[in-house]
Amino acid sequence: MKDKFKFDWLLLPLLGAAFVLIIWTATSATWAKGLPSPVKTWTGSKLYIEKPFEKRGEQDQGILRFTWYSLQMVIKGYLIALIVGTPIGFCLGLSKTFGKIFDPIIQILRPVSPLAWLPLGLILFQRPGPSALFTIALCAMWPTVLNTAVGVRAIPQDYLNVAKVLKLSRWKTLFKVMVPATLPYMFTGFRLSLGIAWLVIVAAEMLTGSPGVGGFLWQEYNSLIYEHIILCILTIGITGFILDKLMGLMEKRFKTA
Amino acid sequence: MPFLELKNVSKGYGAKDERTEVLRDINLQIEKGEFVAIVGYSGAGKTTLISLIAGLAKPDSGTLTLNDLEITEPGPDRGIVFQNYSLLPWLTVYENIYLAVDQVFPNWSAAKKQQHTDKYIAMVSLSPAREKRPAELSGGMRQRVSVARSLSIDPQILLLDEPLSALDALTRATLQDEIVRIWETDKKTVVLITNDVDEGLLMADRIIPLSAGPNATLGPSIQVDLPRPRDRKAINHNTRFQEIRREVIDYLLGTGARQRTTVTRKLFLPDIEPEDLSVPRNLFRKRPVRRQEIKTETMEIS
Ligand SMILES: Nc1ncnc2c1ncn2[C@@H]1O[C@H](COP(=O)(O)OP(=O)(O)O)[C@@H](O)[C@H]1O
Ligand SMILES: [Mg+2]
Repeated sequence: MKDKFKFDWLLLPLLGAAFVLIIWTATSATWAKGLPSPVKTWTGSKLYIEKPFEKRGEQDQGILRFTWYSLQMVIKGYLIALIVGTPIGFCLGLSKTFGKIFDPIIQILRPVSPLAWLPLGLILFQRPGPSALFTIALCAMWPTVLNTAVGVRAIPQDYLNVAKVLKLSRWKTLFKVMVPATLPYMFTGFRLSLGIAWLVIVAAEMLTGSPGVGGFLWQEYNSLIYEHIILCILTIGITGFILDKLMGLMEKRFKTA
Repeated sequence: MPFLELKNVSKGYGAKDERTEVLRDINLQIEKGEFVAIVGYSGAGKTTLISLIAGLAKPDSGTLTLNDLEITEPGPDRGIVFQNYSLLPWLTVYENIYLAVDQVFPNWSAAKKQQHTDKYIAMVSLSPAREKRPAELSGGMRQRVSVARSLSIDPQILLLDEPLSALDALTRATLQDEIVRIWETDKKTVVLITNDVDEGLLMADRIIPLSAGPNATLGPSIQVDLPRPRDRKAINHNTRFQEIRREVIDYLLGTGARQRTTVTRKLFLPDIEPEDLSVPRNLFRKRPVRRQEIKTETMEIS
């Protein structure tokens, strides 16, 4: 490879950003007049970024405040997904019979879109909050379930032999051998699940109108303030990116040789 | 009455049609305190034999008894050093051994268990590596942890499955001496599985060849009546040593020639190194490495 110059880690991504800005400007200036230009987006969104936590009214709050609402919802749904998904994954991995019984159901439920689950949640729970949680948990669960199951099946026989020779009890075998051996797989699942939970929250908020970035986005679309739509998209993207990075760091820490 | 006894033990793998008998009619008697080496080709069924004694596998026919009790399941009365160390990678050296101690001596006080664990870490000279995880240890060190772990539970018999095969010659010699030393002080019964006749002769009281598989069976048991301590250089010129060595090798070669057809094939490795899948897959990851580009290789010798 050629010599890299010093700041390429910063300059090259900036180059990419500049490229997108040019296309964006060109688009808004030519064939899509409804799309606000980058400058217009900035002036329109300035207030929300400079005072990110301010609450001016129910539907008019700083962007990070909205993000915080969304995050709270996501974390709740996500935790439900982990608490339900991990044991299911363990059962699937441990028992062939259990796997055979539930694998087809999982394969069928897994690709169903959050937009399809939400109405069902509304029927079940009557209120938007719990049904959004239901949707997030249900959609985000699958990577955790599947990765945990794969991880359990991949536990080396040697580790189990150690447990057998020492006559570890079932619980001790589970918590001292099987869970630690599966952790790296579980964390990969957790990471993917968080990504999905974040995807779902926006859809859920748009449909239920609960406060948050997704809800704000939908409301501003209806109020024809298109600058804020772009602001929301960027916020959603950056938050998702940061969440994924954080999970990546956690995943690394739990990586066993 | 022998301490460990195997009577007409047979074991095979696979379903009915493609079933292969790995071990056939194994008869073995080992006295308390004896150090017995079993030598055989790789793939002969040595690990299978150890698993049967350990209780990790059940024989198809025949019986195994330890102290007159039939072996039906694994248990801490038999300490096993597995061929691939089998340490738990998320635990430190100390924790790996403590897990075993804690399980086998549940009534001891915490202080006593800790002290006991440390004693065995010191016994295999690993005190400086006490807080290290297996990934940070060399092969020889891992093997020593594995030996310490199986000794720490004070087993009646120690089963060693090719404990030294994966090590370099130097480490191997050190560990051979160390195991013999431990055996002499603890006076445990030891079954050593090995693919190296010299190793068996250097360490054991008795050496038994295992014929080539399938249908492997134990050959004549030969007393290694050489004085201890045995010096690995001087022993080469000992006529008795040479005699036993020839006998064992002749037996192994004889069964091998009879039962084996050899095929020689040149193996072509793809000109590319395996990729590390744990590295994040973004646009900037390193491209795969071709073998021919690799200039140096590092190896660790402890
Ligand atoms: N769990 C198993 N299932 C099927 N075949 C096995 C299994 N374990 C070992 N074998 C077969 O039994 C034979 C002996 O294996 P093993 O006891 O590991 O040999 P060794 O330890 O002497 O190298 C080999 O041919 C191997 O393929
Ligand atoms: Mg083996």
